Amino acid sequence: MSDTQYTQDHEWVRTEGDLHVIGITDYAQAQLGDVVYVDLPGVGRSFASGESIGEIESTKSVGELLAPAAGEVVEVNDEVAGDPTLVNSAPEADGWLVKVRFTEQPALLDEAAYRELTA
Amino acid sequence: MTADAPSTAAGQEPAAPQRTPLHAVHEAAGAQLVDFAGWAMPVRYGSDLAEHQAVRERAGLFDLSHMAELRVRGAEAGAALDRALAGRLSALELGQAKYTLLLADDGGIVDDLIVYRLGEAEYLVVANAGNRRAAADAIAERIAGLDATLVDETDETALIAVQGPAAAAIVGAIGLESEPLEGLRYYRALEAVFEGEDVLVARTGYTGEDGFELYIAAHAAEDLWRAIVLAGEEHGLALCGLAARDTLRLEAGMPLYGHELSLATQPAQVGLGRVPALRTKGDFVGRAAVEAGPAEGAPVLVALTAEGRRAPRAGYPVLDGGRVVGEVTSGALSPTLGRPIAMALVEPGSANSDSLTVDVRGTQLPAAVTQLPFYTREARA
Repeated sequence: MSDTQYTQDHEWVRTEGDLHVIGITDYAQAQLGDVVYVDLPGVGRSFASGESIGEIESTKSVGELLAPAAGEVVEVNDEVAGDPTLVNSAPEADGWLVKVRFTEQPALLDEAAYRELTA
Repeated sequence: MTADAPSTAAGQEPAAPQRTPLHAVHEAAGAQLVDFAGWAMPVRYGSDLAEHQAVRERAGLFDLSHMAELRVRGAEAGAALDRALAGRLSALELGQAKYTLLLADDGGIVDDLIVYRLGEAEYLVVANAGNRRAAADAIAERIAGLDATLVDETDETALIAVQGPAAAAIVGAIGLESEPLEGLRYYRALEAVFEGEDVLVARTGYTGEDGFELYIAAHAAEDLWRAIVLAGEEHGLALCGLAARDTLRLEAGMPLYGHELSLATQPAQVGLGRVPALRTKGDFVGRAAVEAGPAEGAPVLVALTAEGRRAPRAGYPVLDGGRVVGEVTSGALSPTLGRPIAMALVEPGSANSDSLTVDVRGTQLPAAVTQLPFYTREARA
């Protein structure tokens, strides 16, 4: 059983102890095209479920990073802010966006359910 | 993540999108296809930034078969087009091309066009895909009563563009039977033969680079495409989609129908005041309105640049000293310049303002007025 789960909004959520790392899926980056700018929240920011906590801009469109549950930002990926192409080249690895502490349980899809969503 | 729709669509049609003669080639090449003006078109094959850069530095290959080809023939074809369109097409030499406008009675822009003169009594009018019917209907109606007929050949015609500094070397190596391409000047076209098929080779484009646009019968499109891909290998030719085409034309300061141009804008508002041939020909549809000029206070097109990496995008408000004075019509983070660029329609009083900002989803991005184009190949060389 993978410790990575997914949202309906094409984000992945990986559990690391009591924290969660969030990024956008390979499917999402392919839909966006070349990412040229990533705007990430400040560390310590609290957010509500469904709130937009970041923006991923490509040449043709803007994607919002939506919080899958309420929580607080613990860490952001400064490397991806400096080199947004990481979102395209390694969306589910080095292109991670934020690390958060959820204050409620997010409703997530397992890999099979997510694959079905994007099939 | 949620993403807004790609901002390429000029018009939407509910039916399943039409396929170009190169559809199978695009699918095999892994293109991401989108519905653009009722056609399934490649938006990108891989990285749109890499495709953009290939055109600036080497060469790119585009399928533009969605564009509308309208052939106008007849002894009075030139006079008929002089009446129907804003330019003086009867004055074109054989093989000459001209950028022109199709205007409404009130001077609004129905479409922007390239017109080629192919014979004494024969012209090819190339219209935007989204305006195919509007352009064909308006021209047919306006030329009625003269010895000229219009035939819409869009579905039987493929249009393939090769753009970039290596374009001439590539098109010169595909085995065309033609006069030497070196002698073909910008905005000129010649008729050639490719593997037994007639092909119109035009030195035109929409990227700001040297390049060619090739018109050929739909059934021969795949062979021509493959020959160009093969000849382009040693030159680093890239397959390019509409995303790269849009950023290339924006950098080159070229307007796009549905963005800078619309029925609500007169030519003078968008820097095309010299397109209508007011001095050199008689009446044409829209003439009186163009002579009267745009309404007092009508917005004008400005070019904007900004610092940073955030793109102003179509529809974003433009403010002057905090007051909304217009909106962005096209914008992007310029791949070549590495900074935000945009075109916007703003109140004339703000066209030279040094206090403009673009509202980028709630953040005010300071924007400086500049001159078009943002990019010229001469400046880069």
